Amino acid sequence: MELIFEKSRPGRTAGSVPASDVPETALETLIPAGLLRDDLDLPELAEVDIVRHYTRLARRNFGVDVGFYPLGSCTMKYNPKVNENAARLDGFTGLHPYAPVAFSQGSLRLLHELAGYLSEICGMDEFTLQPAAGAHGELTGVMIIKKHFEKKGRKRSTILIPDTAHGTNPASVALCGFQVATVRSNAEGGIDVAHLRELMTEDVAGLMLTNPNTLGLFERNIEEVADIVHRRGGLLYCDGANANALVGVTRPGDLGFDIIQLNLHKTFSTPHGCGGPGSGPVGVKRHLAPFLPVPRVVKKGKRYRWSEEFPLSIGRVRAFYGNFGVMVKAYAYIRALGAEGMRRVSENAVLNANYVMARLKPHYRLAYDRVCMHECVFTGERQVQESGVHTTDIAKRLLDYGFHPPTIYFPLIVREAIMIEPTETESKETLDEFCEAMISIAREARENPDLVKSAPLTTPVKRLDDVLAARKPDVCWTLC
Amino acid sequence: MDYIPHTQDDVNEMMRAVGVDSLEALFADIPEAYRLGRLLDLPAPLAEQEIWEHMSGLAGRNRLPRATLTGAGAYHHYIPAVVSHVLARPEFYTAYTPYQAEISQGILQAIYEYQTMITRLTGTRVANASMYDGATAMAEAAVLSAKSLGRDRLVMARSVHPEYRKVVKTYAWANGYECVEIPFDAAGRVELEALRGLLDGRSAAVLVQSPNFFGVIEDIGPLADLAHGQGALLVAGFAEPTSLGILKPPGEAGADFVVGEGQGFGNPVSYGGPYLGILASTDAFLRKIPGRLVGATVDREGQRGYVLTLQTREQHIRREKATSNICSNEALCMLAAAVYLACLGKNLRKLASLNVWKAHYLKGSLSTLPGWRPLFTGPVYNEFALACPDPKEANRRLEKAGYTGGYDLSGEYPELGGGLLFCATEMLRREDMDNVVSLLR
Repeated sequence: MELIFEKSRPGRTAGSVPASDVPETALETLIPAGLLRDDLDLPELAEVDIVRHYTRLARRNFGVDVGFYPLGSCTMKYNPKVNENAARLDGFTGLHPYAPVAFSQGSLRLLHELAGYLSEICGMDEFTLQPAAGAHGELTGVMIIKKHFEKKGRKRSTILIPDTAHGTNPASVALCGFQVATVRSNAEGGIDVAHLRELMTEDVAGLMLTNPNTLGLFERNIEEVADIVHRRGGLLYCDGANANALVGVTRPGDLGFDIIQLNLHKTFSTPHGCGGPGSGPVGVKRHLAPFLPVPRVVKKGKRYRWSEEFPLSIGRVRAFYGNFGVMVKAYAYIRALGAEGMRRVSENAVLNANYVMARLKPHYRLAYDRVCMHECVFTGERQVQESGVHTTDIAKRLLDYGFHPPTIYFPLIVREAIMIEPTETESKETLDEFCEAMISIAREARENPDLVKSAPLTTPVKRLDDVLAARKPDVCWTLC
Repeated sequence: MDYIPHTQDDVNEMMRAVGVDSLEALFADIPEAYRLGRLLDLPAPLAEQEIWEHMSGLAGRNRLPRATLTGAGAYHHYIPAVVSHVLARPEFYTAYTPYQAEISQGILQAIYEYQTMITRLTGTRVANASMYDGATAMAEAAVLSAKSLGRDRLVMARSVHPEYRKVVKTYAWANGYECVEIPFDAAGRVELEALRGLLDGRSAAVLVQSPNFFGVIEDIGPLADLAHGQGALLVAGFAEPTSLGILKPPGEAGADFVVGEGQGFGNPVSYGGPYLGILASTDAFLRKIPGRLVGATVDREGQRGYVLTLQTREQHIRREKATSNICSNEALCMLAAAVYLACLGKNLRKLASLNVWKAHYLKGSLSTLPGWRPLFTGPVYNEFALACPDPKEANRRLEKAGYTGGYDLSGEYPELGGGLLFCATEMLRREDMDNVVSLLR
């Protein structure tokens, strides 16, 4: 498909600018000519051409509203429409971040109440809503750990991370000046407690643990894990990326976690927008609350205001207050569901994952054969051995069946991993159709492996050359 | 209401298939003592109509001004109707990051086009698919500069947005870097002599904004020369992206990184977010910059297509050795910016000029008030700082009349002895400006 620059014709225009109602002085008399640009190279198109361009692009994209999207660890649940409408209310979108507090009471109340709901859901005492995404929340949480030890006057240099963790965990730790030490997993997919005990020294600031982990398994030894970390004075950090398995059933705060980051764009139904905006609130136990980023919303009587009066705070991690528009949607979601609905989320998310696991188990090898939580992880090893079909081939073939593939080749400790997270918003019929497709592909892999290896056959482009893209990077259009 | 389709029959049938006789049994791995055993303490569930009414009620508790005179990092601009219509396409807003390229060509091409637009606007060679906001874009450029050069000192202009400086300081603290501030001169610009004195062999980057927080346009060339003279990098921010419609591209003037808040391109002020951080650089940092990058390639049949590329920079491949920890970015806000720029096209120059004219009109009018005078002599874009007899009283009067007043500089810049930072975009009509002046007279 042509690029927007290739459709450009000199002299065409879409966005009209009103005539000036103030004097039009020559710019050079107001700003020295040396500071002004010569030309402006942007595309020139009529409005209809722009609309058709982006409509065609949209039709070459796949979202949750198009079809089933069982992308493991990403919680691609349905995004309720009323939340979208709510976030677009003029009273929310039109409010300037420096509007007087008297003008901002609705937004402030929403933020204050949302932080309260998240605290209750997670069993934490305080929440900040400032971080803009999950990884940003992780970074904020690790900064809080750093500040905690700085205040104690003790420097600890290392943070422990299991080998199943998301890549953001070690990257967040490194961006905060800590070393990473990796904790092994045991034979049943949990943390190797003996290895943890060995690594957990007085130089270790804490453990970042995803629970349930990226194998979709609940950490059975959580009590012992928390005890080992706390005994040595460490902090226990929960990567809440997989919180969809837990809401209303158990609370990370009760499990012994000191800090958690949530991903509102996962558990709390806000759309992913092709990779953002997200929102990564961070919750802490009371003893860590003084370190949360500023400003924080405080309530006095019925009035809300911003406060910077927290001298031990790590400071700011973002300008203004966070991704407010995303918070509006998460707030509306929590209000729609209430307590009963929240518990139904995790119950049905876990039921759906176990159902898919049970149906696919005869056809694909399970990485760990035990009851899973919100997602299940298979390995494509059987297919590789039998017919040379790899997980990536299976994923590409799913495109021909009209499904978004699961997460593949992650977690790293599972070879040829296929990580399926159905979420609670999918019907049994959808899950059955997906399972039928997976079973059919397993059969194709045996009977006609070349077909699977040549997939996808029905998409607008076929398999793309990633190696060429990386070897000869072409990251902006320069031909016109 | 929830959004779960299962009937009780479905649940029963699925439990049979799984081999459990209750949903509770699925949670057997959670030690009994840690199960909640009660309902969460949350407000009662609401029906869709009730949610809509409740949310409308909350939005109604905010008060939108007749007009706003504040910019300071968030700018009211008209957003063409096309933008919201494109953003409402569910193929875009309900999709995840485009890891499966064959069914994500739409957003991948849109990102590639955005990257191209940004490199042209900023005079750079590579732009990523967005950072969280202007502040984190600046902070990550600073950290990357320090890591690349193996230096540990950041030299930052005091005329950079106060909140951006705070974010940079937080990131610097976390990495053990020192942060020093460059004072501004009577023009409201970086004091060159002071910068010369502050730069040393430990300095990794010089961080500036143009237009800066005071709306004043810096001369990037000499700043780049000074930084480069000490082997440091120049991180040039901009307060307002629409200024790129008329201002010399910072990359052409020698900036190594161009960073800034992209909200002004098609995204509403929305109480501070979601916005998008723009981050662009030279070829030298192509394989180092943080965040997602889209590259053009071909498919098996030789057709042009797009993929996420150079991913070995990123956390999901490199883990603790990654350039940054960023994963989710602000893709949909980036899409808004791309559509906005497609709509404006070369008219962005006209729009930027209108902003300049409005700001100069308001600046001139307010400066006629007794005791009101410009704080700085430097050239400005659509913001300007004024000294005035009683800033708080002035804002009180404006608020009472339904306007959001100027940004009060006394909190962050006590050395200025009181003053207000005003902004005038194309949204501010002459009659409102005249009215504001008469209210303050």
